[in-house]
Amino acid sequence: MHANIIFDISQILALLIGVTLLVRPLGGYMKRVYQGEGVFLGPVLGPLEGALYRMSGVRKDEEMDWKHYAGAMLTFNLVTMALMFAILMLQGSLPLNPQKFPGFSWDLALNTAVSFTTNTNWQNYSGESAASYFTQVMALMVHQFLSAATGMAIVIAFVRGLARRTAETLGNFWVDMTRGVLYILLPIAFVAALVLVSQGVIQNFSPYKSVPLIQPTSYERPKLDANSNPIKNADGKPVTETVALQEQTLPMGPVASLEAIKELGTNGGGFFNANSAHPYENPTPLSNFLELLLILMIPAALTNTFGRMAGETRQGWAVYTAMLLLFVIAVGALYWAEYSGNPLVQKLGVGGYSMEGKEVRFGLGGSALFSASTTATSCGAVNTMHDSLTPLGGMVPMVLILLGEVVFGGVGSGLYTMLAFVIIAVFAAGLMIGRTPEYLGKKIEVTEMWMSVITVLTAGAVILALVAIALITPAAVRSMANPGPHGLSEVLYAFASQANNNGSAFAGLNGNTLFYNLTGSLAMLLGRFAPAVSVLAMAGSLAGKKYVPPSVGTLPTDQLPFIFWLVAVVLIVGALTFFPALALGPIVEHMIMQGGV
Amino acid sequence: MREIRNSVFFFLALALVTGVAYPAAVTVLSQLIFPEQANGSLIYGGAGAPVGSSLIGQPFSNARYFWPRPSATADFPYNALASGGSNLGPTNKELLGQVAARRETLRGYGIQGIVPADLVMASASGLDPHISPEAALLQVPRISGERKLSEKKVRSLVLKHIEDSQLGFLGAPRVNVLKLNLALDSGENRD
Amino acid sequence: MAKRRTKSKGIFDPKLVKAALIDSFTKLDPRALWRNPVMLAVEIGSVVTTVNFVINLITGKGEPAWFTGIVSAWLWLTVLFATFAESLAEGRGKARAESMKKTRKEIMAKKLKKPEPGAEYELVPSTQLRKGDVILVEAKELIAGDGEVIAGAALVNEAAVTGESAPVVRESGGDRSAVTAGTLVIANSVVVRITANPGETFLDRMISLVEGAKRRKTPNEMALEVLLLALTVVFFLVVVNLSPLSLYSVKAMGKGQPVTLVVLVALFVCLIPTTIAALLPAIGIAGMDRLFQKNVIALSGRAIEAAGDVNVLLLDKTGTITLGNRQAVAFLPLAGCSEKELAEAALMASLTDETPEGRSIVVLAKQRYDLRMRELPLNAESIPFSAETRISGVNIDGHAFLKGAGDSIAGVVRSLGGTVPPELEGHVTDIAKSGGTPLVVSRDAEVLGVINLKDVLKGGIKERFLQLRSMGIKTVMITGDNPLTAAAIATEAQVDDFLAQAKPEDKLRLIRENQDRGYMVAMTGDGTNDAPALAQADVAVAMNTGTQPAREAANIIDLDSNPTKLLDIVEIGKQILMTRGTLTTFSIANDVAKYFAIIPAAFAPIYPQLGILNVMRLANPFSAILSAVIFNAIIIPLLIPLALKGTRYRPMPAERLLVYNLLIYGVGGLLTPFVGIKLIDLLINLLV
Repeated sequence: MHANIIFDISQILALLIGVTLLVRPLGGYMKRVYQGEGVFLGPVLGPLEGALYRMSGVRKDEEMDWKHYAGAMLTFNLVTMALMFAILMLQGSLPLNPQKFPGFSWDLALNTAVSFTTNTNWQNYSGESAASYFTQVMALMVHQFLSAATGMAIVIAFVRGLARRTAETLGNFWVDMTRGVLYILLPIAFVAALVLVSQGVIQNFSPYKSVPLIQPTSYERPKLDANSNPIKNADGKPVTETVALQEQTLPMGPVASLEAIKELGTNGGGFFNANSAHPYENPTPLSNFLELLLILMIPAALTNTFGRMAGETRQGWAVYTAMLLLFVIAVGALYWAEYSGNPLVQKLGVGGYSMEGKEVRFGLGGSALFSASTTATSCGAVNTMHDSLTPLGGMVPMVLILLGEVVFGGVGSGLYTMLAFVIIAVFAAGLMIGRTPEYLGKKIEVTEMWMSVITVLTAGAVILALVAIALITPAAVRSMANPGPHGLSEVLYAFASQANNNGSAFAGLNGNTLFYNLTGSLAMLLGRFAPAVSVLAMAGSLAGKKYVPPSVGTLPTDQLPFIFWLVAVVLIVGALTFFPALALGPIVEHMIMQGGV
Repeated sequence: MREIRNSVFFFLALALVTGVAYPAAVTVLSQLIFPEQANGSLIYGGAGAPVGSSLIGQPFSNARYFWPRPSATADFPYNALASGGSNLGPTNKELLGQVAARRETLRGYGIQGIVPADLVMASASGLDPHISPEAALLQVPRISGERKLSEKKVRSLVLKHIEDSQLGFLGAPRVNVLKLNLALDSGENRD
Repeated sequence: MAKRRTKSKGIFDPKLVKAALIDSFTKLDPRALWRNPVMLAVEIGSVVTTVNFVINLITGKGEPAWFTGIVSAWLWLTVLFATFAESLAEGRGKARAESMKKTRKEIMAKKLKKPEPGAEYELVPSTQLRKGDVILVEAKELIAGDGEVIAGAALVNEAAVTGESAPVVRESGGDRSAVTAGTLVIANSVVVRITANPGETFLDRMISLVEGAKRRKTPNEMALEVLLLALTVVFFLVVVNLSPLSLYSVKAMGKGQPVTLVVLVALFVCLIPTTIAALLPAIGIAGMDRLFQKNVIALSGRAIEAAGDVNVLLLDKTGTITLGNRQAVAFLPLAGCSEKELAEAALMASLTDETPEGRSIVVLAKQRYDLRMRELPLNAESIPFSAETRISGVNIDGHAFLKGAGDSIAGVVRSLGGTVPPELEGHVTDIAKSGGTPLVVSRDAEVLGVINLKDVLKGGIKERFLQLRSMGIKTVMITGDNPLTAAAIATEAQVDDFLAQAKPEDKLRLIRENQDRGYMVAMTGDGTNDAPALAQADVAVAMNTGTQPAREAANIIDLDSNPTKLLDIVEIGKQILMTRGTLTTFSIANDVAKYFAIIPAAFAPIYPQLGILNVMRLANPFSAILSAVIFNAIIIPLLIPLALKGTRYRPMPAERLLVYNLLIYGVGGLLTPFVGIKLIDLLINLLV
């Protein structure tokens, strides 16, 4: 396989332009939704929204202070997490289970419940052989809506904190969450799902289908005794038996509806184990392109929503530019690393870039873009197996996650984490121009610094601590699929992905063990809720502050120098935190690969 | 307490909207508008029974057929119930061993020179239905030899099955192996 | 007036250095270091490596003892450099406080039984004086306590407080009634009502301020410490994480050694932001000290920081923007009179006028027409200025040369049977509009013309306002003049706004309005009626010559009583913040190079491939780690001058300033350690 650079660059540019073109209209639309201004879907969905408030007794004008807002958010997430845990445990007795899958083990159910409520969608199970249609739809897909809407509600509350002056409240969590689901996620997902079906993504509730193989074949499998233990021969080697294979069983299910929200809500939890590499999830280059757009559109457009709500659209564009800059660097690096290929394989007389873990139809451009987009955001869907990328190619997704998923980032979480970075960058830059730092007219003081550093550094701290524990736990080391530095990369990636609520994996690692299910759950919970609550606390503090009007002496945060500074701060914080781990993982593996094993 | 009640209420209410109404509506509409795609893009044989899906690859190891990409699915290749890749890292000796072995198989059939990567490296899903045109054309001499067909015929059949990039630049040109092999069997290429 | 200003000594004045050296050791006490958690972490690290060194020495196992020994020594030095920086910054203040303490010796005061000059008194020690007591102070006596002159006037030498040896007048009533304890009455005697109890006097407060005894961390310092602390915690985890990473790698590759504790501690100390943490206290103290050298006392660090943030400056016109007195700048003759004739008459009319305005007319006449002031003729008779007539002049040879306000002169002329030409009115308004004061000149019954008396701007003031504007600071001129005159002067001085016919309550209102819009307001004041406005302003500078209420309402006191100082205060406030920002950036940017020194050194035995990261080509792992540690330590004393002097402030728009500082301290901070570590490595290998 040889890459067509012209086509690939065209595709990258088309995606960047497409996303950029969506920023303004979608950003403006979301602002109107959250500010309760009229939108064109109002007549259709308004009555439904009103009915929900009437039935629950929530008054939409009743605003919450930050503690109340955070309390409602946490309660909602814990309650729905518990409900999901119950569904997963009881799967065997629930309807819509044509394949008769049993319930999950408790630790796997816990990990999965945490994973989907935290917008991580880390999957220690494989969908087509473990999850019933009921689970896929009512537990997994519903949470893909709810966790995304939660993230968006938090960032909207934060933006209100920045925009409001000497105010006490941040909005109403129930209203923000409901509006996010009804007016933003649902309509876009609905349209996208239908377009995906047109490309070949399946959408049905049928049982799995069997088709005869054109060329029947056979395979060897270990012979088992009555107690399902492998039988071994005199030399201690397992005895195998030959099994004839006459047909192929095709999995079915309501894939398109899940696929759309999976990408749109930067969730990433696929219907099938192979995720977006599976032809039934992502059948054509066009569906691939559409999924890329879905992944990036809301996180990108939220910058504009932020700018509009803060009354300075330029500030939104500044944040967007910083994100775009980081994204272009990442895509470029990933594409270059993969394009250069694997010299060890090339030495074997194999041409072109490495095809291990890649699909033919996407081409190198479609694969590299997807890997970068899914880790820049907190999506975590994959159309390429990150474990099999070249060392530096695989380091790019890892770094994008380790930076805190601020390059567009998760819906909501990406922007609020980036804004926490902005506040740290403003703090240093503001001092450097001789003023006590301020952002959008709000003074950055001790509370803001505490909350920003918690938001920005929690994930890093959790990753470092858990990687350290895993590396000295023999059971955890045994889960590695690859030896040496690459095995270390797998563990680092696993905790990075969970602590930052991404969900993609160096999937060789066997994550479905008690150790990884539990440590992973902890990483996901801390990585999601410590920043979320800090951000709301910061919003509460900011909302109460006076507004300082800008002057020539104010740090201009919408100009290129500050944008570059912001990019530098993001990169430096990430590099300083993870340089040693990256050096002993992907970087040394790259050198080994270059030097020959 | 009030927020716990609200939590349960909003979960149930929104689950009805997003977990029931939404997939139901998408299912109904796609079954109406795109029934073929919604049900798996199945290919039907002469008898009207499905013989495969144009999107899901099948294992072909017989020399009479075009070979698809190596598949690393669990238990056996192209196991559609266990989609996934090998997850072998780039410096893993196991990967290099597998690649070398597959290359030797190709060499055994007289394929010299540089081997296309897609023929010796496993796909991400393990179900990749496509190979590159290059990889298909490389197999033409073998097929023509095994099937006693002229190389020109086989080659033109391959060329006919090349799917181009979408919209002119999206994705790579590719050949659907199942469709190509079905065409071989159906005798489309007979003189 | 020659000023006896204590010449600012070099930063490394041997006396100060010696005192600071001693003090820096006492500061190693963990209880004292607790206030600086980053350096406390370094100290703990030093203890760990030292224990390690002793174990190495005794058992002979592990790394070579010389290596752990040298690392430990440099880690201790790192802490010591930090405490030294702080001690050095405090040093000058302490020295000054010492000399002030000497003047605060016991004084016997003449406590009056009744608050009047002639009353009986008893001698009491100053420590027994309480608020409200009344004392008599006579010539050659020290004033025993802070107070207010309630009777009499005296010449007072305040050098003890201000460093200014020229005596000043202190008199009852008005704005010059405050006296300070420890100052010396040179002539006359005054009755003073004591306004501060012993221990609370201005001198006492100054001593405790310059000693730093009451120094509290400012909010901005605390916010910065949050960042530094968080980075320290993260780097702690990075280093803790390194141990399992290396254990795993050794096992995976089957060669090399896990990273040792000493290397981990060395890396930890190199990574945490020691540079800024070491210099942070010094930056704040040095800032106050720099103000002090300008004879300005900030009553809190917070006030100086606020000065850096000021958006609006309220400046009194007289004394700040203009020289105190108006000057004649032009003669405008009426029709039928030459300019020279008018100048002559004006000169005549001013012959006996000793006011600065009168002198300036004489000077102008001399400049323009070389008219010399002749001997005052014997028959000349002076007509002095009086509030009723509002005119002054001279009678010579039966001619009356008069000058005065337009309508007053018109009245005199008319009473003598003359006429007032209508064009006079035009000249008078023109001058008023241009910001001048018209002074009409007449000879007998004839109106000759008008003299333009003008406010004269202080030299360089326009440029300063221009700078302020480029810094984003708005200047507002406060004046008692009428709006017409005020507008003209405002235009000429290029202030952004003015407040004419200002009453004290107008000032207060203006400050509140600006604060409501979110601005930080600075002002200067000296009178008692300024006190409410001073209390309201974010940065309030009181003149030391001002009244006690004004001094109490202010948060900054200018001992020189020079209102232009406000600009210096703003600049120093900005410098303090900038120095913090630039050193933080520098400190963190340094880490990149340290990684490139230590990581290959620590891991090359496991992965020789990582040698490629040794971009500095450091000779061997030991010297690489040592070089990083030494660089990390030695950069602290090297930056002490910068911390004490402050980053240079250049007035320019914020964006350009940011780029400038980022290039110097960001990019510079990235590159400097590469060079520094390499040089130290070369040196080590030269010596070994």
